[in-house]
Amino acid sequence: MNMNFSFSSGWTGRMVKVLGLALAGLVLAGCERPIPESVQSGYRGTGMVQVYNPRLLEVKTALNQPPPVIPSPGSEGPKASEAYQNVKVLGNLSVGEFNRLMVSMTNWVSPKEGCAYCHALPNFADDSKYTKVVARRMVEMTQHINADWQPHVAQTGVTCYTCHRGEPVPSAIWFKSNPQPYGSNFMGDKAGQNEPSAVVNLSSLPNDPFTPFLLDKQNIRVNGPTALPSGNRQSIKQAEWTYGLMTHMSTSLGVNCTYCHNTQSFQDWENSPPQRVTAWHGIRMARDLNLTYMEPLTEVFPAHRKGPTGDVAKLNCATCHQGAYKPLNGAQMAKDFPELLKPALAAAKVAAAQSAAPAPASK
Amino acid sequence: MADYQNLFTTVQAVGPVHHGVELGHGNSPRTGQPVISYWLGKLGNAQLGPIYLGGLGLASLVCGLIAFTLIGMNMLASVNYDPIQFVRQLFWLSLEPPPPSYGLSLPPLNQGGWFLIVGLFLTASILLWWARTYRRAVELGMGLHIAWAFAAAIWLFLVLGLFRPILMGSWGEAVPYGIFSHLDWTAAFSLRYGNLFYNPFHALSIVFLYGSALLFAMHGATILAVTRYGGEREIEQITDRGTASERAALFWRWTMGFNATMESIHRWAWWFAVLCPITGGIGILLTGTVVDNWYLWAIKHGVAPPYPEIFPGMVDPALSTGGKP
Repeated sequence: MNMNFSFSSGWTGRMVKVLGLALAGLVLAGCERPIPESVQSGYRGTGMVQVYNPRLLEVKTALNQPPPVIPSPGSEGPKASEAYQNVKVLGNLSVGEFNRLMVSMTNWVSPKEGCAYCHALPNFADDSKYTKVVARRMVEMTQHINADWQPHVAQTGVTCYTCHRGEPVPSAIWFKSNPQPYGSNFMGDKAGQNEPSAVVNLSSLPNDPFTPFLLDKQNIRVNGPTALPSGNRQSIKQAEWTYGLMTHMSTSLGVNCTYCHNTQSFQDWENSPPQRVTAWHGIRMARDLNLTYMEPLTEVFPAHRKGPTGDVAKLNCATCHQGAYKPLNGAQMAKDFPELLKPALAAAKVAAAQSAAPAPASK
Repeated sequence: MADYQNLFTTVQAVGPVHHGVELGHGNSPRTGQPVISYWLGKLGNAQLGPIYLGGLGLASLVCGLIAFTLIGMNMLASVNYDPIQFVRQLFWLSLEPPPPSYGLSLPPLNQGGWFLIVGLFLTASILLWWARTYRRAVELGMGLHIAWAFAAAIWLFLVLGLFRPILMGSWGEAVPYGIFSHLDWTAAFSLRYGNLFYNPFHALSIVFLYGSALLFAMHGATILAVTRYGGEREIEQITDRGTASERAALFWRWTMGFNATMESIHRWAWWFAVLCPITGGIGILLTGTVVDNWYLWAIKHGVAPPYPEIFPGMVDPALSTGGKP
């Protein structure tokens, strides 16, 4: 049979071909290379998979390598509190251990700026630089995390490097958003959302979900406990705020929703993977650290380190995780620094009580 | 010799342009001089205009324009009146309903007041346009199928923005006016009410939505396939069934045993299209008012399958720690 389609000749045919090619290009533009790998993590048919792009995973793995550890010189010899002045938190370390931690902290936090980033040289004991006051409090925070937040950090623990990664200010921090950035109260209110914000992965969701959930204790759970209405007055707008927080968690950890949830029912704990419990503690940990450690430091920080409304830098999931579901891909750095773990904390608490350290009360 | 591919109109019959039939007392004159457009003729009728505007059409356009402008001005104000950012961020920008704390009371302009004013004008505009479709159909001596189909869509619109917010006691439940924001609202709606996929009326609505697309494809393909026998002259084929109609009918009877008729296929299409927003609207109206959590509802009534527990020992940590979530 002689099939003489009009497609194959004439300008209409050419136009259709060009359109077809353009369409194919558009469709393929949505593709990722190479083909992503999916790993099933739940019951079949529930869509519980994690999707990984091997190319991007390689980049992420390289970014999340722990630094080399300086070998410990041992705990023999005089204590730091005896050899140095004004050692408030780490006084029970040996001089060797103490100096090792100081050098490590420099490598972790201010490798370019060196000791002088925190110390008013030549007097190492001087507290006049705000960075030193903050650093001392951050050491206490690290000890607190490793000792009291094991439901979240487990035995892996954290060090300064978990967040700082060689930068004086961790790359992922947050400030309260300015509710009316343009000073107008007549029209154009964004209601805390509707702008392309990286916090919520460029969705139009509320882009400061941290103030209500990681500082304040607003209700994250919006679902009702019963099939029929029984007094749950959470609104769709509140669901959007929760959604914003969850989107932040998902992007911070580089995982899908199904890493923690069975999307059949987001609220149902019985069908959720155990990672959700870890994340639940993580939310409370971030809230605790922001309230107990960061907020009280507000007056210590200079103005140029503060946010648009004059608040202190605060932490969220991305501060530690930085795209990995386990920070530094689960590298157990903390075990090499026992002074950042619980026993040291107990001693530090005693020392703190003795010196009656004036930790400013929150609120 | 398969060389007739009717993707576009291949033969355009062009006669003298006309204004259409004379209308009786109470009707406006039509607006605009009709023109012939070859390119429009490729897709549809080559004659453009005149349009019947009339009082209802004019009022509808004015109301619609007010709503459109207020939404646009709010969006523009939200980027500090920067036209470049307005274009760049257009898909993110939105006019939000009031915070839920205002309930059904009147909020300040910038906290949902504009949203309610826009809602008023947009609703007026749509209802006036509906009245216009009704009136024009009557004046042309047609049936009212178009008006009632449009009313089905308006039902869903009113459920989302008027009936359900009133029943819930909060304007904050309404849908924001914005591209991405209304999509995020949709997802948040499902999340808040325990997964809308377990709402049977949502399921019905999807059936009619996809069913409409399927029927449209089947019918469009069937008619295109028999245009070489005059099949596109469907009305003639209804009263005087020719070879096009016979072949189309035979095709479906042979492939699936049953076939619609030249007339009934349009009733199928109309009902599928109309039932999509009607069932969808019922599903939305029941959500939060009658059912608070569709997943739990579906488990309770055996609609959702309970999956085997594969994460043993998972309990709500708020229960064990006593902490408030």
